[in-house]
Amino acid sequence: MSVIETKKLTKSYGKNRGITDLDLSVSEGDFFGFIGPNGAGKSTTIRTLLGLIYPTSGEARIFGKDIIRDKTDILSDIGYMPSEATFYNRMKVKEIIALSAKIRKKDCSAEADRLCERLTLDKEKRVDELSLGNRKKVSIVCALQHKPRLCILDEPTSGLDPLMQKEFFDILRERHSDGATIFLSSHVLSEIQKNCSRAAIIKEGRLIALDSVGNLSKTSAKRVVLHGVNTLPESLSARSVEVNGDSVSFLYNGDIRALLNALGSLPIYDMTITEPSLDEIFMHYYEKGGEN
Amino acid sequence: MTIYIKELKQSCRSLCIWTASIAFMMLVCILLFPEMKSEMDSVSDLFANMGGFTAAFGMDKLSFGEIMGFYGIECGNVLGIGGGFFAALAGISVLANEEKERTAEFLLTHPVSRFSVVSQKLLSVLTQVVVLNVVVVGVSLISAAAIGEEFEMKEFILLHIAYLIMQLEISCICFGISAFIRRGSIGIGLGLALALYFLNIVCNISEQAEFLRYITPYAYADASSIISESKLDFGLIAVGAAVAVIGAAVGFFRYLKKDISA
Repeated sequence: MSVIETKKLTKSYGKNRGITDLDLSVSEGDFFGFIGPNGAGKSTTIRTLLGLIYPTSGEARIFGKDIIRDKTDILSDIGYMPSEATFYNRMKVKEIIALSAKIRKKDCSAEADRLCERLTLDKEKRVDELSLGNRKKVSIVCALQHKPRLCILDEPTSGLDPLMQKEFFDILRERHSDGATIFLSSHVLSEIQKNCSRAAIIKEGRLIALDSVGNLSKTSAKRVVLHGVNTLPESLSARSVEVNGDSVSFLYNGDIRALLNALGSLPIYDMTITEPSLDEIFMHYYEKGGEN
Repeated sequence: MTIYIKELKQSCRSLCIWTASIAFMMLVCILLFPEMKSEMDSVSDLFANMGGFTAAFGMDKLSFGEIMGFYGIECGNVLGIGGGFFAALAGISVLANEEKERTAEFLLTHPVSRFSVVSQKLLSVLTQVVVLNVVVVGVSLISAAAIGEEFEMKEFILLHIAYLIMQLEISCICFGISAFIRRGSIGIGLGLALALYFLNIVCNISEQAEFLRYITPYAYADASSIISESKLDFGLIAVGAAVAVIGAAVGFFRYLKKDISA
């Protein structure tokens, strides 16, 4: 069953780009990564799904329900963590967390206490006195204390120190193993590669790839590093060429026999051929505009 | 009602400051009345012969030497301006602040409809206006009793009903505007309240500006007319009530369809 499904979802802001004809499908139980640089349309997609902004055309369903007509119903099973954690000034952390639970008409105090303890969050502090990292922690507690079926997280780790990032992903993995669907928007590709089973790449408001993280990484391109040379034969269709002393590193996407033939005449003394990292895949999609 | 209570808690400090300030100024004015009363013989001619200004503040119809006339002119202006400003500020900021302070994303991603959010916010604004007026009425009655004076109760009640409706109307108009703006809400709110107040003064000075009575809510809350005639102008109040309903309805309509800024 699809937890999130969009069909030609479009949001335009006059001359400014939003999202265009987005066809996205996130299945129940997915740990889904949503990749794209700033301004690609990740937040616009999320804000449309959550009913903060209205689509210009197309449709979207969450839990099989219409995002506009059944918005309130849908939101009761969603935990959302915005990229900017901003709360009402002069309120204490515990008051914000309690307010969030009260609006949901749920008693989440036990889970909230557990999360605050794991994230070492001081509930007595006023939110306007908190650092970005601590405000993010408040946001995490508000998003997860009611144990939602779907967690939508927009750039969740910005501002969190590495230890807290680890704790946060531990919590997310626990929620995922309990059956929750995780939708993680990020431009930190390593966290997508490490945690997500499926991912979509968005570029200039359009979806350019949607597949399992494994398949996305399995492009025919290989990262080749040659030692002993600092130039490549012109006949070799290499991309992302980097020369470092007597080594050359490049992405190769052609016939592997042609590569070996070309290398046979070169004075190389060592070489490696590896799968490219997700960063390279991402750059590949961006450079090619999602053709491959 | 969680959002309603949250709004009241958040506005508590502002409400307390405005209520205390207005009530204190009313108290001081009333406590000054015995002294004014004793000197009234010498200044009554002066107040009655200031031309346009006499009419502008209703001093042609009311006597400064009587508690009700003094209250209508002095305290009426304090509550008219202070209460009007507070109503404008409460109304204009209630929706706009969520986007300005970037808290709308937190609030509106909870399972509560925008209609419910807007309703609770409007109710909190109206509650604050009512609370301010109830406290001010209480302080006025106690202050008058303290100086041994007694208001003409019918005129006193009519006057405060008119002030309350006037402030509710201003708050509803500003509430409607609040749904359209994201920044600069305080300036717009205060500017609007001030403009409406001065429109009434212009209306009192010039007969050619009579039509302004249908625009400014201060017209039906004019103390000199209410006290001298012992009645409210229900025609103008009906216009004001209609404007208030339209203002609030516009606010609802706009906010329910609005794209919330990041």
